[in-house]
Amino acid sequence: MSTNIYLHEFRTRLQSVIIWSLAVMAIIFVYFSLFPSFADQAALLNKMIANFPPDFLAAFGMNGVDMSTVMGFFSFVFLFVQICLAIQAANYGFGLVSIEESELTVDFLLSKPVTRAHILTSKLLAAFTSLTITNIVVWISSFVVISLFRSGREYEVRTLVLLLASIVIFQLFFLTVGVVVSLLVKRVRNVTPYAMALAFGSYVLSAFSAMLGDTLLEKITPFKHFDPNYIIRNGAYDRPLVAISIVIIVVSLLGSYWLYTRRDIPAVA
Amino acid sequence: MSVIEVNKLTKYYGKARGIIDVSFKVEEGEIFGFIGPNGAGKSTTIRLLLSLIYPTSGSATLFGRDAIKYGPELRQDIGYLPSEVFYYERMKVIDLLKYSASFYKKDCTRRMHELAELMELDMNRRIEDLSYGNKKKVGIVQGLLHRPKLLFLDEPTSGLDPLMQRKFFHLIREENARGVTVFFSSHILGEVQRLCDRVGIIKEGRIIEISDIRSLQQNNYKKIHIAAKSLDVSSFDIAGVNKLERTNGGVRFFYKGNINTIMRKISEIDLSDVTIEEPTLEEIFMHYYE
Repeated sequence: MSTNIYLHEFRTRLQSVIIWSLAVMAIIFVYFSLFPSFADQAALLNKMIANFPPDFLAAFGMNGVDMSTVMGFFSFVFLFVQICLAIQAANYGFGLVSIEESELTVDFLLSKPVTRAHILTSKLLAAFTSLTITNIVVWISSFVVISLFRSGREYEVRTLVLLLASIVIFQLFFLTVGVVVSLLVKRVRNVTPYAMALAFGSYVLSAFSAMLGDTLLEKITPFKHFDPNYIIRNGAYDRPLVAISIVIIVVSLLGSYWLYTRRDIPAVA
Repeated sequence: MSVIEVNKLTKYYGKARGIIDVSFKVEEGEIFGFIGPNGAGKSTTIRLLLSLIYPTSGSATLFGRDAIKYGPELRQDIGYLPSEVFYYERMKVIDLLKYSASFYKKDCTRRMHELAELMELDMNRRIEDLSYGNKKKVGIVQGLLHRPKLLFLDEPTSGLDPLMQRKFFHLIREENARGVTVFFSSHILGEVQRLCDRVGIIKEGRIIEISDIRSLQQNNYKKIHIAAKSLDVSSFDIAGVNKLERTNGGVRFFYKGNINTIMRKISEIDLSDVTIEEPTLEEIFMHYYE
């Protein structure tokens, strides 16, 4: 790793990290602050939910969840957090090497005395550090918001920790898949559409698989690998699915190094 | 030992031609001009030597070591000024230069300030606020601040005003006097003529001529202009005469061949004036591209 590249990369992303972290924090606070009123009307709410078509509930991860419990309600909030984290991580992944190419600063960097593997490692670690900051903010916000708004109801800390611990792998999935896809296509002109497509695409796949009970599609989307609903109901991860996530991350990483060290850097114009 | 040695270097971008079978050597302390029109393969060659792209076949060495395998180490001693400069827009000039300097093992601070002063570069501005010419100056400073032993200049003068161009040439000559080898790519022949010892001419991806500038000019065409009262233009229509054209009160042509033949021919005429000149590189160059 090259410290100078790492620091440069980290600084470049600092503003974005702060904005994402604040946004996720706001989502957690706003949604979960509604919990006391939901919990008070629990009977009514659960009755209403039961009236929704089961497919609809499946798509929003609400089937079999008791919204009057702390963790039940939090799992619903956590799905939104996951979508945000997915977009953020995919954004950093797709932009990791492609932004230098589209803004043409890559010639500057690659004509310096440093290997491509070093460059990629430094960039990946810087992006991972950035994501970890957001991750930490999610942890803190979650604990704070639950202690503020649980209105005296008990919850299992172990389950919450399990849920939050899934974020690391979840982020790495979108980061590394983003990088490898950006290296597979010839040129990424604009990062956002790619990031949105990957993040929402994964979410929709998970929602559909929940609706259709399709077992093949759920194998590839981390929204299913780390389904908050499943984790809360079972108090454990769906281990084989988590393993798939990890395998995809490792393959994406190896692929990224393989591709980047062999890549022809496109010239100006 | 040659500083640059290129051996049958070939690059295809898919099916599109980059360069084909390019071979040449650049010796230590030389300023080597690399001439060709846009799209001939000048930048491709430089980008290959910097391992920004990888060759389809062939090889290259820099300072006697493989350009790809030892690329990262070799680049400690290489400076590169691309034809179009792009830097991290939101950085300040000083931060960019410091970032650039941080890649090298030596302390570049003094040289950095020297160069910035010389090029009249305001280091406290943001890159995004700079004009193209000023960005180019940033490029020059970042390419030279680590005192490289080999310089790649890819059409370096575009965007610089004439005064800055002069300063820049002066700077390059100074570097060269200290023993720096310079690889200078350009399509502006005048500047190559001013600066370079030897030139390679590249056309459609292939090297078509490598020679030193002087012999390129001398062993080639003479530019002859004859003024005379009565002149039979067709009498100059002989072997070796090229681009014969009538001018106001005379003829002008290029001649390549035994100089005595043409002198005898000229002496037969009642001249009012005659000039015999070396052609400019421009004119030689046009000949290669006909």
